[in-house]
Amino acid sequence: MSDLTIKNLKKVFEGLEIIKGIDLDIRDHEFVVFVGPSGCGKSTLLRLIAGLEEVTSGHIYLDDKEITDIAPAKRDLAMVFQTYALYPHMTVRKNMSFALDLAGIDKKEVEAKVNEAARILELEPLLERKPKALSGGQRQRVAIGRAIVRHPKIFLFDEPLSNLDAALRVQMRLELARLHQELNATMIYVTHDQVEAMTLADKVVVLNAGRVEQVGSPLTLYHHPVNRFVAGFIGTPKMGFLKAKVESVNAGGVLVSLSCGHQVEIAVKGEHLQRGSRVTLGVRPEHLRITAASDSTFKAKLTVSEHLGADTFCYVETADQEVLTVRAAGHFQMKFGSDIGLELDVQQCHLFDDQDRTLARITTPL
Amino acid sequence: MLTLKQTRQLRTFLLGSLAWIVALLVFFPIFWMLLTSFKTELDAFSSPPQLFFTPTFENYIQVDSRSNYFHYAMNSVVVSFGATFLGMLLAIPAAYSMAFFETKRTKGTLLWMLSTKMLPPVGVLVPIYLIFKDVGLLDTRTGLILIYTLINLPIMVWMLYTYFKEIPKDILEAARLDGATPMQEILRVLLPISKGGIASTLLLSLILCWNEAFWSLNLTASSAAPLTALVASYSSPEGLFWAKLSAVSTLACAPILIFGWFSQKQLVRGLSFGAVK
Amino acid sequence: MNTSSLPVEHSAQAEESSQSVQSQRRRKSKISLAMVSPSVVVLLAWMIIPLSMTIYFSFIRYNLLYPGDEGFVGLENYYYFMTDAGFTAGLTNTLWLVGSVLLISVVLGVLIAILVDNMFWGRGIVRVLLISPFFIMPTVSALVWKNLLLNPVSGVFAAIWNFFGATPIDWFTHYPLGAIIMIVSWQWVPFAVLMLMTAMQSLDQEQKDAARLDGAGPIAIFWHITLPHLMRPIAVVVMIETIFLLAIFAEIFTTTGGGPGYETTNLAFLIYTQALLEFDVGVASAGGLIAVVIANIAAFMLIRIVGKSLTEKH
Repeated sequence: MSDLTIKNLKKVFEGLEIIKGIDLDIRDHEFVVFVGPSGCGKSTLLRLIAGLEEVTSGHIYLDDKEITDIAPAKRDLAMVFQTYALYPHMTVRKNMSFALDLAGIDKKEVEAKVNEAARILELEPLLERKPKALSGGQRQRVAIGRAIVRHPKIFLFDEPLSNLDAALRVQMRLELARLHQELNATMIYVTHDQVEAMTLADKVVVLNAGRVEQVGSPLTLYHHPVNRFVAGFIGTPKMGFLKAKVESVNAGGVLVSLSCGHQVEIAVKGEHLQRGSRVTLGVRPEHLRITAASDSTFKAKLTVSEHLGADTFCYVETADQEVLTVRAAGHFQMKFGSDIGLELDVQQCHLFDDQDRTLARITTPL
Repeated sequence: MLTLKQTRQLRTFLLGSLAWIVALLVFFPIFWMLLTSFKTELDAFSSPPQLFFTPTFENYIQVDSRSNYFHYAMNSVVVSFGATFLGMLLAIPAAYSMAFFETKRTKGTLLWMLSTKMLPPVGVLVPIYLIFKDVGLLDTRTGLILIYTLINLPIMVWMLYTYFKEIPKDILEAARLDGATPMQEILRVLLPISKGGIASTLLLSLILCWNEAFWSLNLTASSAAPLTALVASYSSPEGLFWAKLSAVSTLACAPILIFGWFSQKQLVRGLSFGAVK
Repeated sequence: MNTSSLPVEHSAQAEESSQSVQSQRRRKSKISLAMVSPSVVVLLAWMIIPLSMTIYFSFIRYNLLYPGDEGFVGLENYYYFMTDAGFTAGLTNTLWLVGSVLLISVVLGVLIAILVDNMFWGRGIVRVLLISPFFIMPTVSALVWKNLLLNPVSGVFAAIWNFFGATPIDWFTHYPLGAIIMIVSWQWVPFAVLMLMTAMQSLDQEQKDAARLDGAGPIAIFWHITLPHLMRPIAVVVMIETIFLLAIFAEIFTTTGGGPGYETTNLAFLIYTQALLEFDVGVASAGGLIAVVIANIAAFMLIRIVGKSLTEKH
């Protein structure tokens, strides 16, 4: 068992509240990813869990045992650092066995555990090398190995892939997913890269300015963001936002007019909206379509398009200088500066009120 | 007309030659001291000075019988190593805690330590002399060790601090997560990683102690007098033993000169309080 | 995986695991305090005890030759010290010594550092030769210069003067302070060279290349790129040399003994003569305090200039 529960956790550092009261439940075997922009407090939260930072107020429980006040080494956690933090003067073997040696564990047992970890991570041929003689990916694996040998209840990862090059990052990502399967362990993973979050997580925790914005599975966050921040943060290219004004609130949804005058009805509940109040319409690139300028009242100009092969991402600018991204087919060709028309997939659009909260969808019975 | 390449080669050659000339001029006094140490006293005093002569090892052979060299050298060794050891014992924990548990006061403490170096030794010469006289530390190795430890401590703390600062905090945190106590953290992780910094700090302290010539001249007479004092005794006008002076000086300076050569780069950091790297 | 075989459970200290963070934090700060305080305490003692004794002595009549005569004399010691013929000489000589050695070592230091920064054959050896004087103990360099180089009869300088048909100079008779300045400069120029040479290596080569492409000649590069880059290390050199130069003692002690007259007596040497030759503790203490004040004025200005940048940039 390894369930982690966090209750009303706060961290004040030099008068600044970095963590502003966080509640969180992490279940056994879950792969949880903390994601958010830099400075959102995700690393601090991880370090609070690890015990490397002192909690200002609140509680952390591991399997109903409070660990808020326990020394880091005694929390049954292991951490993999962004910089790997390998001991440069020790061999790979020594790096992995250091914690066990300190704990005074029998030499044979230590050896067995190190060998087991080395086997899992394919580090056997490197055991006698020093970290200096390893590549970035190998160092990363040693850092993970150092965590594995301790059989911790929870693995903590602090942006572990951010120092690797792009290709290696993809490979290590897969390896981490495999490791999670193989070890069947609880893992908490911090990243600013939402692709990592989407691909690895069972559960994503989106943090912003010291608060949890939303917790959920990757697809929940993608399709049902609770607010504009999550909507904009999850997904690449980003969701586009358009200023809009409420025209009328009907049983079937909310009718809004965009700044260009184009009107759309979105199937969301808008009882508390007033006619004329400001809202924001959010639309993902795949829910926009480019048409001939004459076919739509929603007009824009094509500024740049990026050809990725399978897809083309077109950056368009509305008359009101709002920039949207449109996903088009790979063979899409059009001159920059051309006038175009846009078509929205209204079923998939999101509407945010003036507090940037997502308005709930009206689920139409099929 | 010279081609661009030729101009460059000529320039390199001229600048290189100039550098060599300057270097040889700067080094000349040391070279001359070495040369004189192999002369007879008569040759050493001849006018004009001789570049070519029959070398003799007489000065080196007699160095101990004439001036009790080894007694002084032993004092230098004991005092320098003693003060360096004691200084390290104090400086390592201080630098560790300042580098890794930085508080609001850390910077102030460091600057304050530096400021104790500003205290001119003459300002405290009288009381130190009197205290030493009262407690019987005058002309003792212990007395000199204490003084040297104190005057070099700020430099050692600064130097170690700058080295420790370069060690990623993560590594020590990893050790903490691995269950290391502060003592284990220092002995098994910090010190092995910063071997180089420790070694250069040791060297700098040895060099400074070895060459110190205010306290050693004022607080010792004979039994604890180090080499600086031995050499100073040659300044008395009654004897013109220049060749012997040169031999003694050469022996006194050689070890430190070699230490200095080997560690010149690392010493910069300590001598500049970490401001030049 | 078997999560029950946690290494921590094997630990003998497992029972202590209930310490609170609060106590952990307190323990941590206790440990770090325990680690800093020995150094701080000894340095504090080193500063306060002798200094307060110096202050006390400076206000009493206290001569080791006439014990039992101690009594409060107010500022008499200060008056005596500052009106002593040696004081003005000592002060001017100190300023001359510090000022000229600083100037010489900074100017030569910059020039030599730039010269050595070029690539040429045997650069490593040249560097070693250049910095060597710094590692020679002060008493040795003083005596080697006095007897082997500057001696008016058999010294190397005399030979050079003779070679050009000039009359050799009796340095320590006619230019005693000049001779001391020469010796001290020889010791401290290498220090400047060492510092500035190292600093030169961190000069961005691309910056120089960019300037060269912009049409800057060697002199423009020196003024606009090299010198600004060296300002900080120069400041450091000035600061550290000042500390040491204010306290120059051994070189004077072994060559001139402060003479002839007071011509090579600096404040440090003057106080030494008062204290350990005339045994006038009171006057020497007054002098010591004046030296402390002067050093503090210098230090204050220097720390203002350099101190801030010393702790930054880590």
